[in-house]
Amino acid sequence: MVARAAVAANAVAAAEFKSGGHELLLFEALREALIEEMKADPTVCVFGEDVGHYGGSYKVTKGLAEMFGDLRVLDTPIAENSFTGMGVGAAMKGLRPVVEGMNMGFLLLAYNQISNNCGMLHYTSGGQFKIPLVIRGPGGVGRQLGAEHSQRLESYFQSIPGLQMVACSTPYNAKGLMKAAIRSENPVVLFEHVLLYNLKEKIPDEEYICCLEEAEMVRPGEHVTILTYSRMRYHVMQAAKTLVNKGYDPEVIDIRSLKPFDLHTIGNSIKKTHRVLIVEECMRTGGIGASLRSAIIDNFWDYLDAPIMCLSSQDVPTPYAAPLEDATVVQPAQIVAAVEQICQ
Amino acid sequence: MVAAAVLRHLGAGTARRVVALPLTLSRGVSDSTEPLTVETSVPYKSHIVDPPAREVATTPRELVAFFRDMSVMRRFEIAADSLYKAKLIRGFCHLYDGQEAVAVGMEAATTRADAIITAYRDHCTYLARGGDIVAAFAELMGRRDGCSRGKGGSMHFYKKDANFYGGHGIVGAQAPLGCGLAFAHRYRKEDAVTFDLYGDGAANQGQLFEALNMAALWKLPAILVCENNHYGMGTAEWRASKSPDYYKRGDYVPGLKVDGMDVLAVKQACKFAKQHTLENGPIILEMDTYRYHGHSMSDPGSTYRTRDEIAGIRQERDPIERVRKLILTHDLSTSQELKDMEKEIRKQVDTAIAKAKESPMPDPSELFTNVYVNDCGLESFGVDRKEVTSVLP
Repeated sequence: MVARAAVAANAVAAAEFKSGGHELLLFEALREALIEEMKADPTVCVFGEDVGHYGGSYKVTKGLAEMFGDLRVLDTPIAENSFTGMGVGAAMKGLRPVVEGMNMGFLLLAYNQISNNCGMLHYTSGGQFKIPLVIRGPGGVGRQLGAEHSQRLESYFQSIPGLQMVACSTPYNAKGLMKAAIRSENPVVLFEHVLLYNLKEKIPDEEYICCLEEAEMVRPGEHVTILTYSRMRYHVMQAAKTLVNKGYDPEVIDIRSLKPFDLHTIGNSIKKTHRVLIVEECMRTGGIGASLRSAIIDNFWDYLDAPIMCLSSQDVPTPYAAPLEDATVVQPAQIVAAVEQICQ
Repeated sequence: MVAAAVLRHLGAGTARRVVALPLTLSRGVSDSTEPLTVETSVPYKSHIVDPPAREVATTPRELVAFFRDMSVMRRFEIAADSLYKAKLIRGFCHLYDGQEAVAVGMEAATTRADAIITAYRDHCTYLARGGDIVAAFAELMGRRDGCSRGKGGSMHFYKKDANFYGGHGIVGAQAPLGCGLAFAHRYRKEDAVTFDLYGDGAANQGQLFEALNMAALWKLPAILVCENNHYGMGTAEWRASKSPDYYKRGDYVPGLKVDGMDVLAVKQACKFAKQHTLENGPIILEMDTYRYHGHSMSDPGSTYRTRDEIAGIRQERDPIERVRKLILTHDLSTSQELKDMEKEIRKQVDTAIAKAKESPMPDPSELFTNVYVNDCGLESFGVDRKEVTSVLP
């Protein structure tokens, strides 16, 4: 585990590849990953609402039903609890389903299946069954989608034993994480974000995967470690521009792996900078940031020169009105102010 | 060693034995495979399908095997009751005595390529699928040699190599899992079916209707078996269900109501259902059965039903007594020989308990095994990856 984390340093070099590479949008990267894995392994299949004939509400599965047939790209009725359970049963019997929640928030209806069956069956059966399920879908605060369609489920799933959780944020890591999640023998929840599907990036032509347990070094620096994931990465990078102009040198790490945390990368960074800011879209209460803060205190207390700051979304249902919605999530100006405070 | 030779012959002949323990048969008990036809106790009731015939083909050997297998299960459950009262089994313990005919009849109609999934009243289904009786007791007592390594307990028995998928504590949650198993059969074009068991209480779960819809929509080879023992814990079926005709619940899915205390009726129905499902998609089997114990060991079982009712069913419909009568009527054995068989079963169950008691508690390291499949060397549990602090080089 120690040796592997050294690879995180190379994540920066995502742009260096052998051949020309090709440009695509994040949802296309996810689709490319699905197509490659479904071609390589006949047990990989997709379940979800409108994933087949409709092509997916965010076009992630567009064209897959035509390529692989209606049984492998299964349009389910609106029954999250059951089709997630069906995915678990199929996984117990050796298939590798990818279950899509049209919006992550809908998967709350499947919470029992995800927690008690998906997460725990490997343990309660004494290791007899493995559940190589991938549960994915868009979550996060979008553009005025309303409270019920703006949920962040990372914190709810966090304490389920037996699950792994990753959050993608770029086309490169979206494809890599999707492939790794499908190949993993453990159940993986892949969090996508509604506002990131149209991000464009050039990715390698040759096959690659991203390690599920690794964090990504986005911007090396010296003064402060900023830990973030998903959409907030972009708010952090925007704040970083301002911070650099003001003379700060932030180190930005996209933690990517929400469970388990890549404490090796994170720890090495803290060892260097001695200051930590966590920027997340999760709620303040019981969120990813809360656990991360705890983990850092338990493991790296001696390296800290300042209290860990955590910027999270407000503990409110996401309002519809635009200015209120903006105030719910962390904005770049707040990030700049926080760094200035930490680095005093 | 004539008995041993008989035993070996018997073992070779029967495709699957319920109990791994060899049993020395008394000299006179018939193990003939001459066909024998028995009529089921009551006619089937059906919903949008023609029911199977009431005449069931069986053999003396099969009837004796039924008697033996059900007796082992009965003994097992009664022994579990004592172990629970002796505080060797803790937590929840849901006993199946009275319902043995469903497990045994179903097993007689299936192969190990078919999948079975059930809820938490799973001890006997595990045994029916060839589960090891010592491993079962060890699991109940939380020992290392338990079938789930002591980490599952009473509600989490599984046997992957026999296609037995457990063993589930949340009411009704196994129904969609069963659809997933059936989906995998269809996906892989296997000529096999899934028996998806649930109770009269679970029948009111939304996910049951969701499962029915999906199974019918995609013609999944799923047989939904409602083990109707008439009480959802302490609530009688008529107090929980507007329509307690669970076999009709499928609406567009055909259904059959079966006397679940008659092992031959169960066998016939399951055989019929298997054939039906492979061609036509899902079917519901409602097994009209009864549990003598309460819902679990914490429930005396007598506050919501009368002792007369329990005694009456035991008197008139007990599955083991029914088979005993059949065996005696057809002169396949003597009463004394059957009693001797029961005595021997009792002894063997006691031996199994003694052996299970010898198994130690799981090693403390077992707390952290099987949380994840050991992928990428992953041994993590919580978000911070290790149980001890991380050490940087």
